[in-house]
Amino acid sequence: MTEAVETEVLERRAAITGIGQSDVGRRLHRSPLALTVDACLAAIEDAGLTRADIDGVATYPGNMDTPPGFSGAGVTEVQDALRLELNWYTGGLELPAQLGSVVDACLAVACGLARHVLCFRTVWEATAQGDKGRASVMSGMGGGSYRAGGFMQWTLPFGAPSAANWIACYAQRHFHEYGTTRRQLAQIALNARKNAARNPKAIYRQPMTLEEYLAVRMISSPLCLYDCDVPADGSTAVIVSRADSTSGLRRSPIAVEAVGTAIHGRPSWDQWDDLTTMALRDAAAMMWSRTDLRPADVDVAQLYDGFSFITMAWLEALGFCGKGQSGPFVEDGSRIALDGQVPLNTNGGQLSAGRLHGYGLLHEACLQLWGEGGDRQVAGPEVAVAASGGGPLAGCLLLTHRR
Amino acid sequence: MADKPFRVLPRVTPENEHFWRGGRQGELRFLRCRACACYIHPPAPLCPRCLSRDVAPEAVSGRARLATYTVNHQPWYPGLDPPYVIAIVEIEEQPDVRLMTNIVNCEVDRVEIGMRVSVTFEEHEDVWIPLFEPAS
Repeated sequence: MTEAVETEVLERRAAITGIGQSDVGRRLHRSPLALTVDACLAAIEDAGLTRADIDGVATYPGNMDTPPGFSGAGVTEVQDALRLELNWYTGGLELPAQLGSVVDACLAVACGLARHVLCFRTVWEATAQGDKGRASVMSGMGGGSYRAGGFMQWTLPFGAPSAANWIACYAQRHFHEYGTTRRQLAQIALNARKNAARNPKAIYRQPMTLEEYLAVRMISSPLCLYDCDVPADGSTAVIVSRADSTSGLRRSPIAVEAVGTAIHGRPSWDQWDDLTTMALRDAAAMMWSRTDLRPADVDVAQLYDGFSFITMAWLEALGFCGKGQSGPFVEDGSRIALDGQVPLNTNGGQLSAGRLHGYGLLHEACLQLWGEGGDRQVAGPEVAVAASGGGPLAGCLLLTHRR
Repeated sequence: MADKPFRVLPRVTPENEHFWRGGRQGELRFLRCRACACYIHPPAPLCPRCLSRDVAPEAVSGRARLATYTVNHQPWYPGLDPPYVIAIVEIEEQPDVRLMTNIVNCEVDRVEIGMRVSVTFEEHEDVWIPLFEPAS
């Protein structure tokens, strides 16, 4: 079903040459554009470039007023703040998830539309929600005369406004079909917390035990509070460059080996054909169809963990274990630990380091490949996968950095 | 769940009116293709299977099977008190037509995947929200 559509895998003309990140935290009370320019300037400097070199910008989800905190800045604000002279730009929501914007940047440089693309994602959901709780920053929560349209008309009338509810339905079906348990699912959260303890920028770093996980309040069964990521303030940026334009830059470039952007099933949370998979099934299959590398070649995996179950689904879709086997695969945590078979979400992921919405995972994949993971560095990784999105959103990248 | 909990209501349009107001006659309605008999949901101006534009609302039996569910414990809305069951059900006539809904008139811990359910409606203003209860 999934076949490489090009004999030449054009994304290989792209490379990642720099990364940057603002402060990350809960309620930083800084303007989202201020966070954004911190990340962008850091990434430009990290690459050994100046802003005059940047001729492309890509971002997710673009400029949006609502829901609060979801979009920190759009293309135009960043272009204007930095007075960039752009040959190409994009910012939008209908993409193969958050990292779809990075895929777009790869295509832009591969086609010669731009030479160095600044990609960024900014969130300020922690400040936006203040002390009013997470529901205050979710879309479609208005009371009074508000009425739901589009997809939300099929969820909001049933008191199901959150992706936590929708992902919980997938998790429950997985539990039913494969015997997956909460103790198994817990390993995603426990692994994240263990790694976050080694990441000075992570939001939650104190140890978490299985007992604490099992005792915390339920959000939407089988997902408890610790299965849900942590709203954060922060901005992350990466520079995508033409692979033939990287000489003289500060870093040795990270090669883009393949990307996955497919969605063959219905683009819907409730109409998706197999309620134990998600669009990530198709994105992952497409990525592997574009490379000779295999899952066993991956040295470090940064897999979207907006909710812990999504990570389980990515582990299966990417072939790190068989379909339905993510429960036994993660069971004692050893395979996904820093010294395990597939070191997973090594910075603490969104569950413990903070919800930087896909870009935090890509940032960590690059840090690991450059050997700059500090206390959480995996031994000599050369191949990394960064995967974003859940439900009908999915996009992933396979990255290499040969020593 | 209380008799009439708070619900965010859908915005009724010519395209979805058959669905949200079918409950006035006690009917769960979907668009159906008159050429190939495929049920279409969410509403679309053509049949996704045969691309015929000859589609019109039609009532189904209201019987369905529970594909999956979650017990929501988070108090998202004042006036809609947890715990309550959010489910995805597959309609008997065509299981790839699914609805997200609530399971009502059923103890939360009696809900299970595969159970047979049937529609019941909850009237709010100008819409009838299709909920499901254990089939008798």
